[in-house]
Amino acid sequence: MSTDTSNDLPGDVPSRRTGVQWPMLIGLTVVWVLLWGGLSVANVVSGLVVAVIVTLVFPLPPIVFGGRLRVRGLAVLIGRFVVELMVASVQVAGQALRLGRQPLNAVIEVDLRSHSDLYLTLTAELLSLVPGSLVVEVRRSTSTLFLHVLGVRNEADVEEARRRALLQEERVMRALASDEELAAYLSEGVGR
Amino acid sequence: MNWFDIVSAACLLAGCALSLIAAIGLIRFPDLLSRMHAGTKPQVLGLLFILVGVGLRLRDWSDVGMLLAVAMFQLMTAPVAAHMVGRAAYRRGAVRRDTLLVDELTPALEAENRD
Amino acid sequence: MTVVIWVCAAMLSIAAVLVLTRMAVGPTMLNRVVAMDVLIAIVVAGLGLEAALNRHATTLPILVVLSLVGFVGSVSVARFATHDDKGEGS
Repeated sequence: MSTDTSNDLPGDVPSRRTGVQWPMLIGLTVVWVLLWGGLSVANVVSGLVVAVIVTLVFPLPPIVFGGRLRVRGLAVLIGRFVVELMVASVQVAGQALRLGRQPLNAVIEVDLRSHSDLYLTLTAELLSLVPGSLVVEVRRSTSTLFLHVLGVRNEADVEEARRRALLQEERVMRALASDEELAAYLSEGVGR
Repeated sequence: MNWFDIVSAACLLAGCALSLIAAIGLIRFPDLLSRMHAGTKPQVLGLLFILVGVGLRLRDWSDVGMLLAVAMFQLMTAPVAAHMVGRAAYRRGAVRRDTLLVDELTPALEAENRD
Repeated sequence: MTVVIWVCAAMLSIAAVLVLTRMAVGPTMLNRVVAMDVLIAIVVAGLGLEAALNRHATTLPILVVLSLVGFVGSVSVARFATHDDKGEGS
């Protein structure tokens, strides 16, 4: 569901949505049915009623989503996320169990190349979920994330962490962005 | 005892081991933000392991649906909570500078305050 | 299966004691919040373990509630911690 994007540029918080939002309704109904633990007509209907009430009483700011879902990109995104989750968990576990002095940490600034609330949020969520990197601060206006990174030994490790964050963003873009957004994103990457 | 139970047992063991290691990390790490990294582990991977283990053992669709809801809630809410706590910690100066090799946020915040 | 469950339960118990130590030691409110989050994860793991051992699903709704309530708790404390004075020494 794409909305008018002309006046929703990052920087000014757009006004809240009114009216019916189908993806939200369906999502809330699915959660309701999962919680009741069974698919029946009564469950679906009562879930829909609750979902309508919730979306009308608590409207959210609109998410500008003009992209399209790429199955391949999404598979890569999820697959890499699971792999990174495992690897990072083992690394952090190793560090927790290691004897002697703990290595240093770092707070780094990562300038994301996309300029969209949705991609910024998704990238930040995925980075936070992986142990070893933590989002401390977000600048919405410039799409900047400040990450706390665990266990860095030298400058090279810091740059590696920055590169990993940008790669995470690239996977998000490749999974969700529209063709134009992806092209703009990739062309901006050449200049760096 | 069949294959499902064996995989389930392995998942449960892995999840509990991650929780234990996280608790050790929580005691051993020197400052708040490092401890939060240790805390992310049982909340995300450990919990996923446990839920998979329980799901494989129960093998009932309505229960699996509920476990899926737990996993979904956890994956959506854990980063938000972690960000709120991390941000509060940083802004209150609860971060030990001597554990940081590079700090690019303090200059940025100071520049913001000057404007 | 029973042996595995008991080993798991032992690991979780040690983990819970360590986390409670961190919660008691602090030193700040935020440290305690992080410890509480981990404790909730451990409680969820323990309930799951019990459900797996006895093959019943009666405790699953509690898992749902815990995964939501823990979030609300830590967010609200973080919210207060940003605004409060220097009363709780950092």
